[in-house]
Amino acid sequence: MNRTLTKPIADDLIRPLFQTSIWFYAIVFAAATVVACGAAAWGYQIWFGIGVAGIRWPVFWGFYLVNFVFWIGISHAGTLISAILRLVNAGWRRPVTRCAEAITVFALMIGAMFPIIHLGRPWLAFWLFPYPNAREIWPNFRSPLAWDFFAINTYLTGSVLFLFLPMIPDFALVRDRSTGWRRTVYGFLAFGWRGTTKQWNRLESAMQIMAVAILPVAVSVHTIVAFDFSMAAVPMWHSTIFGPYFVAGAIFSGIAALIIAMAVLRKTLGLEKYLLPLHFDNLGKLMLLMCILWAYFVFAERLTVWYGNEPSEMAVFWATQRGAYAPFYWTMVVCNFVIPFIILANPRTRTILGCVIASFGVLIGMWLERFLIIVPSLAHKQLPYSWGSYEPRPTEIVIMAATFAGMVLLYALFSKFVPIIAIWELKAGLPSRLDPASQTEASLLATRLDTESFPPESGMPKGAHR
Amino acid sequence: MAYRWGMAVDLDKCTGCEACVTACHAENNIPTVGAGQAARGRAMHWIRVERYYEGNFPDVRVKFRPVLCQQCDNAPCEAVCPTYAAHQNEDGLNAQVYNRCIGTRYCANACSYNVRFFNFFNPEWPKPLHLQLNPDVSIREVGVMEKCTFCVQRIKAAKTVAKAEDRPLVDGALQPACAQACPTTALIFGDLNDPTSRVARLSHSPRGSKLLEDLGAEPKITYLYKQPWHEPDAY
Repeated sequence: MNRTLTKPIADDLIRPLFQTSIWFYAIVFAAATVVACGAAAWGYQIWFGIGVAGIRWPVFWGFYLVNFVFWIGISHAGTLISAILRLVNAGWRRPVTRCAEAITVFALMIGAMFPIIHLGRPWLAFWLFPYPNAREIWPNFRSPLAWDFFAINTYLTGSVLFLFLPMIPDFALVRDRSTGWRRTVYGFLAFGWRGTTKQWNRLESAMQIMAVAILPVAVSVHTIVAFDFSMAAVPMWHSTIFGPYFVAGAIFSGIAALIIAMAVLRKTLGLEKYLLPLHFDNLGKLMLLMCILWAYFVFAERLTVWYGNEPSEMAVFWATQRGAYAPFYWTMVVCNFVIPFIILANPRTRTILGCVIASFGVLIGMWLERFLIIVPSLAHKQLPYSWGSYEPRPTEIVIMAATFAGMVLLYALFSKFVPIIAIWELKAGLPSRLDPASQTEASLLATRLDTESFPPESGMPKGAHR
Repeated sequence: MAYRWGMAVDLDKCTGCEACVTACHAENNIPTVGAGQAARGRAMHWIRVERYYEGNFPDVRVKFRPVLCQQCDNAPCEAVCPTYAAHQNEDGLNAQVYNRCIGTRYCANACSYNVRFFNFFNPEWPKPLHLQLNPDVSIREVGVMEKCTFCVQRIKAAKTVAKAEDRPLVDGALQPACAQACPTTALIFGDLNDPTSRVARLSHSPRGSKLLEDLGAEPKITYLYKQPWHEPDAY
């Protein structure tokens, strides 16, 4: 292997593990403070009762469920995107995958907390586990909430494995370069990695199996989250489009979260050499695709409801289209479609800054989308006498803020203890290594018609070369 | 013999006096949440009298519709409960096991009639209401869903007495609190499996229809009215 190239890569990417700036402590302290406030708010809610939240009759699900769907959506950043990019052997994925997979694991951990936070009696949440008990009662497998439980746990387990497997060689690298307690800890995490051919083969095949296995799991998770709504005969919930609509929205918001995380890492850890404008450009294109797909789904959903003209559905439709929820709806359309489309469709604005602005728009828009799916429908069910409204209370807002701070905290700690860019994968992608992807890329480059490979005097007709 | 409890609600007789609401609160130990919480949507009325207005002042007509749990045969609330707290009991009632409820509130969202109520806080009663609690009905703690039971405590007691005396239940001898309190006998309760019972005959009345029948929940409550009832415009 080319030592002169790989040595500085490892130095660059391991440096954050050994050098800590004052900013790291500041960020961790600030985020931890907000998380502590959220924990206190949850304690307050458990002590006094779920009534301290804004939920009410008939809107029994509010901010907690909105955030649940939002975070589960964000979790589609990583595993799904990185699995797809791995399977198609996209060479540019190498510095991106680990950032993405870490988002998945943390967003899932945060998202999975909300169904527990929102329970009336959270101390009994373990009744969702199918465990043998004296009552001889199992969870109700007809309930979409029970499906959720299994889907999210499967996805979390799979994502943790998918994140951990490619970290093993990097843990070994850190182990070999460190002393003291670090050597012990990273040595344990490296699982005795020696870098033998056998180990590399096993790792590669394990990664292939995981990449294939995780795709259907990821798609099923957000489909089942969508089923929480579409299984109930509530106006504008009871829709066959919800499964794919939610999956598309999840990938959309996931890419946005990934772009923001990458931009922050690039600046704070000085990774300008590794996270290139090319990566943002490619992810921006992917986000543009999801943006168009999302707009198509919204159009299809809205048009069929409007054309069907069913009275109870129209009540929800008009409430979101031009009623009390219309400001949120049109903000969502601007943030999710107008802003990202204008920025990302134009190659000149698809810069790092442009991608980050579009991503913030998408995160706001997708959060609003989940709010607009859950609340207006519950507020306008079939009997007009029982219509209602919903407004969040401070407890819900503090807990929501705490989850965003929690994401920052977990991500900061992760990038402190683990090389945030997969060092060995980056090395494997160097052109010196003749792996199939590089060979393909090289052969593709060789087929490009240019003046060097086809000099004008070689008999080509005039104007045939560029 | 299995019972199948049902009710007929005669809208032509209902005056909207809300005696049923008060009787239900007294019988079933339903907490009074106070004005502040009621304004925030936490009021609990297992039976409510919906008011719909037609026409403009001074030529206004008010229509009343008491709405309580429809005790659906094909209840949307039951399938979605992850812990079986909401289930169908042997008499066809949509029963709620308070001790088994963990408070996901999914049942209340799935219910198209919005007749399920949630204990947002531990229950309280202003004095002297705390002295009139019904010893036959359990108090529900915070975080638990509750709903109309058709006064299941009365059903159980009447069945026990009838069994001890080795006789069938007489139609009309057993009434939930709302039906008992109704001054115009607009609420008629009974066994739908007994073809001779009043409620069984009324459920086949040409005046009868089911609430939101097209949703397919198969409610066991029949609404009776002579005037055509126009569902008010939803928007």
